[in-house]
Amino acid sequence: MTMPFYASPEQIMADKAEFARKGISRGKSIVALEFAGGVLLVAENATSLSKVGEIYDRIAFAGVGKFSEFDQLRKIGVRFADTKGYAYSREDVVGQALANAYSQAIGEVFTREMKPLEIEIIVAEVGDDRWEDHRKNSLYRVNFDGFISDHANYCVIGGNVADVEAWLGSNYQAGLSAGDAVRIGQKALDSGSERGSNLTEATLEVCLLDRTRPGRKFTRLSVEEVRVMLDNG
Amino acid sequence: MDWRGNYQGSSFFELLQVEQPQLMPNMSAMGQAPIDSIPHGTTVLAMRYEGGVLVAGDRLATAGHSVASRDVVKVFATDNHSCMAISGAAGPSIEMAKVLSVELEHYEKIEGQALELDGKANKLSQMIRQNLPAAMQGLAVVPLFAGFDLRRGSGRLWKFDITGGRYEEAEFDATGSGGIYARETIKQGWRSNMDQESATKLAVDALTAAADEDRATGGIDLERRIFPIVKLCSRAGVEDCLEANIESAYRDTLARRTNGGSSS
Repeated sequence: MTMPFYASPEQIMADKAEFARKGISRGKSIVALEFAGGVLLVAENATSLSKVGEIYDRIAFAGVGKFSEFDQLRKIGVRFADTKGYAYSREDVVGQALANAYSQAIGEVFTREMKPLEIEIIVAEVGDDRWEDHRKNSLYRVNFDGFISDHANYCVIGGNVADVEAWLGSNYQAGLSAGDAVRIGQKALDSGSERGSNLTEATLEVCLLDRTRPGRKFTRLSVEEVRVMLDNG
Repeated sequence: MDWRGNYQGSSFFELLQVEQPQLMPNMSAMGQAPIDSIPHGTTVLAMRYEGGVLVAGDRLATAGHSVASRDVVKVFATDNHSCMAISGAAGPSIEMAKVLSVELEHYEKIEGQALELDGKANKLSQMIRQNLPAAMQGLAVVPLFAGFDLRRGSGRLWKFDITGGRYEEAEFDATGSGGIYARETIKQGWRSNMDQESATKLAVDALTAAADEDRATGGIDLERRIFPIVKLCSRAGVEDCLEANIESAYRDTLARRTNGGSSS
């Protein structure tokens, strides 16, 4: 009689986590930064496949790792938010509920499926000036195992997180202008890159949650707009 | 939230059908509805002008012979460059405008690119076709759809029938109980290169004429300060016409009528 191989749950989880971490650390970083006019998301991305996307009026998504997996997460986030906003009201769609739902869904895959998701995501929400208790921005990070954390000022996923966070820790200031925030984002990504500082407008994807806009706050900056912002530094 | 949902496409309307059928605006199960007790919208119109297309509607909703609401909104911006104006049963029509605007935004977010204006009109026609069973029971949705086509650089408009039939109009159209009177007025005054101001005046004229002939259409109510909704879709996006401009156009119309002329 053959005996099935025994592997302890600890071992299985550790193996899955190592597998996921390896995939994610090979990728490039994304930084979300709070600035005076809202939240800025800067990704190192030379391709036309977006890593940052719009979820709802005040909510944006960013993902690193396997494109097919985080893009699927972006889409289910849009479906979740639009269904909720349709059934209730646009103001009832909030970042925290979305980040929690992501955490549940990603954690579920991590425990039940053979292969964990090789992704890390950010859910960013810009504050709402109309309501006293909603003025603050929120930044949530959800890891491959569903671990969720909330961040103030900035949040980093993918690639060399420790170096980028360390750089931001000593260079980030509150109340940045949009232009300063783009340049801080670029330098932060440079600090984590092994190739040194060579990120330009052509290799950056920059999106904004602009709290001064009416309705949908999300905007994607064009290459030209990013170039102007980087040159003015 | 499910990592692998049952629906993988880009349409919000289909997403509701598959995942949340209880949220679908489905009126067909009502049996024989007591139509007289359900509010109906009345006159809406759309016309092209130099810079795009204008969409307007009166504010009255009627249920049988009674006023259901004096300040209902029948013209909706469905996205940045398109508008839908509704006549017919107000409940299902307003719901359809709401679903369409979520649909257009949903598609744009999922695909990363907005639908073409033709695609938007086509989607609306499918949604109207789905409402056919309810339409046969008297809950018809017969909207006008208009928008600025960024590729062609001009305004365009469509009318629909209850089967979802979609007909593009080159110049103008009006529907609802007072639509026939509004259309007659527009026909007399419409020119292809009208500017925004003369298009607004003509729309106010047409709605005034419709209110004059059709008891279910609401005129401009200076006493309560209720004005029609007039939206302008141009390359810059959808804008509301200011009430002050509508009021001054209406006072011009009144002055002409008081001097012995008809409304047009």
